[in-house]
Amino acid sequence: MPEFKLKVNNRQVKVDVESDTPLLWVLRDTLGLTGTKYGCGEGICGSCTVHINGKAERSCSIMIKDAAGKSITTIEGLAENPDNPIFRSWIELEVSQCGYCQPGQIMSLAALLKEKPKPTETEINDAMSGILCRCGTYHRIRKAIEKIVEEGK
Amino acid sequence: MKKYTRREFVKVVGISGSGLFLAAYVPAHGFLTKPGDEPKIFAPSVYLKIDSNGIVTITVHRSEMGQGVQTSLPMMVAEELECRWEDIRIEQADGDPRFGHQSTGGSQSIRRTFEPFRIAGATAKEMLLSAAAIKWGIEIKDCKAENGFVFNKLNDKKISYGELVEEAAKLPVPANVKLKDPKDYKIIGKRVHRLDTKPKIYGAAKFGIDVVLPGMLYASVSRCPTIGGKVKTFNGDKAKEIKGVIDVVEIPQGVAVIADTTWNSFKGKNALSIEWDFGPNVDIDTDAIRKNMVLHLEEDGSEIENRGNLNFDAPDLITIDAIYEVPFLAHAPLEPMNCIATVKNGKAELWAPSQNPQGARTEVAKALGFKEEDVVIHVTLIGGAFGRRLISDWAVEAALISKATGKSIKLTWTREDDMKHSTFRPASMHKVKGSVDKSGKLVNFYHHVIAESITAQRFNRNIPVKDADIGEGTRRLAYQFPNLKITGTIVPTHVPVSWYRSVYNTQNPFVVESFIDELAYEAKRDPFEFRRDLLPEDSRLRNVLIEAANKSNWFSKLPEGKGRGIACFEGYGSFCAEVIEVSVIQTNEIIIEKVTAVIDCGTVINPDTVEAQLEGAIVFALTAALKGEITIRDGGVVEKNYDDYQLLTYSETPVIECHIISNFEKVGGVGEVGIGACAPALCNAIFAASGKRVHKLPVKLI
Repeated sequence: MPEFKLKVNNRQVKVDVESDTPLLWVLRDTLGLTGTKYGCGEGICGSCTVHINGKAERSCSIMIKDAAGKSITTIEGLAENPDNPIFRSWIELEVSQCGYCQPGQIMSLAALLKEKPKPTETEINDAMSGILCRCGTYHRIRKAIEKIVEEGK
Repeated sequence: MKKYTRREFVKVVGISGSGLFLAAYVPAHGFLTKPGDEPKIFAPSVYLKIDSNGIVTITVHRSEMGQGVQTSLPMMVAEELECRWEDIRIEQADGDPRFGHQSTGGSQSIRRTFEPFRIAGATAKEMLLSAAAIKWGIEIKDCKAENGFVFNKLNDKKISYGELVEEAAKLPVPANVKLKDPKDYKIIGKRVHRLDTKPKIYGAAKFGIDVVLPGMLYASVSRCPTIGGKVKTFNGDKAKEIKGVIDVVEIPQGVAVIADTTWNSFKGKNALSIEWDFGPNVDIDTDAIRKNMVLHLEEDGSEIENRGNLNFDAPDLITIDAIYEVPFLAHAPLEPMNCIATVKNGKAELWAPSQNPQGARTEVAKALGFKEEDVVIHVTLIGGAFGRRLISDWAVEAALISKATGKSIKLTWTREDDMKHSTFRPASMHKVKGSVDKSGKLVNFYHHVIAESITAQRFNRNIPVKDADIGEGTRRLAYQFPNLKITGTIVPTHVPVSWYRSVYNTQNPFVVESFIDELAYEAKRDPFEFRRDLLPEDSRLRNVLIEAANKSNWFSKLPEGKGRGIACFEGYGSFCAEVIEVSVIQTNEIIIEKVTAVIDCGTVINPDTVEAQLEGAIVFALTAALKGEITIRDGGVVEKNYDDYQLLTYSETPVIECHIISNFEKVGGVGEVGIGACAPALCNAIFAASGKRVHKLPVKLI
C-alpha cells in the first residue's frame, strides 16, 4: 500500500492506506483520533470538520493523497489548549447536548476566528450554517459566539 | 458479618431484583470488598457506591443521549446524600433487569428516578450518620451531614464519609428514610454544569462509533432497497478483490462485508453484486398510502372519546371543516446506527449506543439462540437518538456478523443506510369539523385521526382504537368543549414505524391547535383569548398559555407581513405554551423571528437542562414542520442523506426565549413536551402574517 506523510496536530505521521481513503477514516480508524465524527460522508453535515493548513475542511470529502504533506489539526489538537475562548464559552453556556456534532461546530468556528477575530453576522452564518446539529443547540452556539466576539473586542 | 465479593454482590441484588424500585434491590448489608488493597466500598443501593476515599459513584441506568441524565440523576442523589459535588463519579449501567425499567423514552428518566435516587442518597446519609454516632458514642440527633462529612454538633469535630464507609456498611439498611423538604434543596433546582461537557467538546468522549477493541474488524451491510425484501443470490468476488476486505457473509438482513477499516468495508459493500427478492411491498408508495387514507376520510372512525352531543345542524352556527396531513419522518441522528460486538464461545458482549439496552439484550439473545445472561450490553454515549435507538435491529446485525466471522466487529451504517432503513414516524391524515356560535363560543369539535399504530405494527397486536397510541395528543384534551367527538382509524401501511420524539404528539396537537385557530378566526376572537376561555380557571395549561402571551407581548402590534401564532400542549406530566413570530415575504419565504416558550414541568432538577431540552425540541419540531418528509417509492425510501432530508441550520434558527414556571409540583418530563405546540404555533403565525392556512406538513406556501 502507498505510504503518506502528513502532520497531524503538530506531529509527523506516516500512514499506509489506499490513496482514495478519505482523511476522516485515516484519522479515525488508522490514527485513533475519534474526536472527528462521521455523519454523512458527503460533506453535507460538517461533523467531520478539521483544519487543513489552517482552513476548515470536510475530512470525509478529502482523500488522503490530497491531504499528504499538509498540516492537519483535529479537535484533539485544538483541545491541547483548553483555555481557547471557544471551549470556555462552550462550557459556560453549556452548548452541548448529545455532543456528537460539537467538534465540527468548534473546528469550523476556530478556523473562522483565526482568520477573522471580529467576524460579521454574515461571516458567522456562512461558517456555521453548514454544520448540522440534530439536538438543536444552534441557539446556544449563537450566544457562545456572541460572547467570544464581545470579549475579544 | 458476611463480606460479599463483587460477583456475589451482583448476585445478591440480582435475586432480589424483581420489583421496579430501588428498595427492592437493597441488600441486607451494603458492604463489598474488591480483591487486593482497593478502597473499601459501601454500596447501599444498586445505583450508589461510596469508597473509603470518599468517592461517590453513581450508576446511571438511563442512556445519555444529550438530555443530561448523567448530570441530573447524580444531582438527586447528591442533594440527599450531602456529599461534595466534585466527589461524584459516573458509571453507565449495562443493560440488566436489576436496574428496573431501563428504556430511555417517553420523557420518563427523571420522573421514574426522582424518588429512588433521592432515597438512595438519603439512605446512605442515614447510615453514615449512624456510623458516626456509634463511633463517637453520641445520638444521631447530635450529628449533622454536610459536604461529605459528618459533624459532631456537640464539639464541632468532623469525620469524612470515606472514613465512615466500613462502619456504615455493617449497619442494617434503614427503611422509610426521611427526604428533604423541597424548600431546603441546595442542588435540585440549581444550574449545575453538565459532567459530560468537557470530554464532548475536547473530542475525547466515546460514542458507540468511537469504541475500539483489540483486533477488531469493521463491517458494513448491504440491505434490500425494498421494505421486507431479502437476498436472492449474491456474488462477493469483486468485493473480496478490494484491498482490506477480509470476508463477505450473508446474514438474514443482507450481505455483510468485513474489512480492516470502515472505509474499506464501505468500498467492499459497493462492489457487491446482489440479486434481490424484492418481497411483497414492491408496489408501495407514498401516493398509494395516501389514497388508502383518503378512503377513510368520509367514514366516522371508531370512537375514542364522545362528550356532549355533537350537532352540526343546530341553528345559528358557523361550521367549518378541514383535512390535515403529515408525512413519514426519519429520526436522522448525526451519529449513524452502529454497534460493536464480540460473539465467542457461546457468549456475546456488545457496546451499543442504545436507548433500550434490556430490549437489545433480549433481541440479540434471541437472534443468537443464547440465554439472556450470556449477552452483555454495554451502553455508550449516544450521538442523538430521538426514539430510533429504542429499536435494536443494528445490534442484532452486529451480533450476527460477529458470530458468523468469529471476530470482534464494529458495524457502521452509512448515512444512506440510516436514512433508508430507519423506522419512521407514521404519516397521518385528519378530518376535523367544528362550529362556533354567534356569540363567539365554540360549540362542536370533531376530530378523526387516520394513522398506522406503532404498537399494533411492532407487537403485532390488535388494539382497540379507543386505547390505541394514534389517539395521543387528541385524547383527554384540557379544553372544555361542550360537544366533542374524537375518532380514529388504524391503517396498516407496511412502512416500518417507530417512536419518534413525542410520537403522535407531533401530529395530533398540530391538527387540534391549528383547527382551534381556524375556529377562533371564524368566531372573530383573538386566538389566545379564545383558547384561554376554553381552559379551566385553575389549569396549569391555562397558566402557561397566559404567561406565553405576556412574555411575548402578544397584543403588541406587528408590521405588515409579520404575524404571531400561539399554541399550547400538555403531556408527559408537563405543560408548555409557545408563541412564534414569523415574517412571510412575498416570495412565500418564511423567516422565523422568535419563539417564546413557557414550560411548567413541576419540580425542576436542572433549569439549564430544562431550557436546553425546550430549545432543542423547538428546533426539532421546526425542522419537521418546515423540511421533514420521507417519501416511499417502489417499496423503498427515496431520501438518502441530509441533502434531500434537510435539517434546520444555524442561520435559520430563531431567537428562542424560555421561561420556566417555578413550583414544587410533581416532577414532569421535559424532553418531548416542547414539541407539541411548536408546529401549530408556527402555522398559526404564518396565517396571521399571510392569511395562508397550512393544512399539510412540511409547510409549502404557494
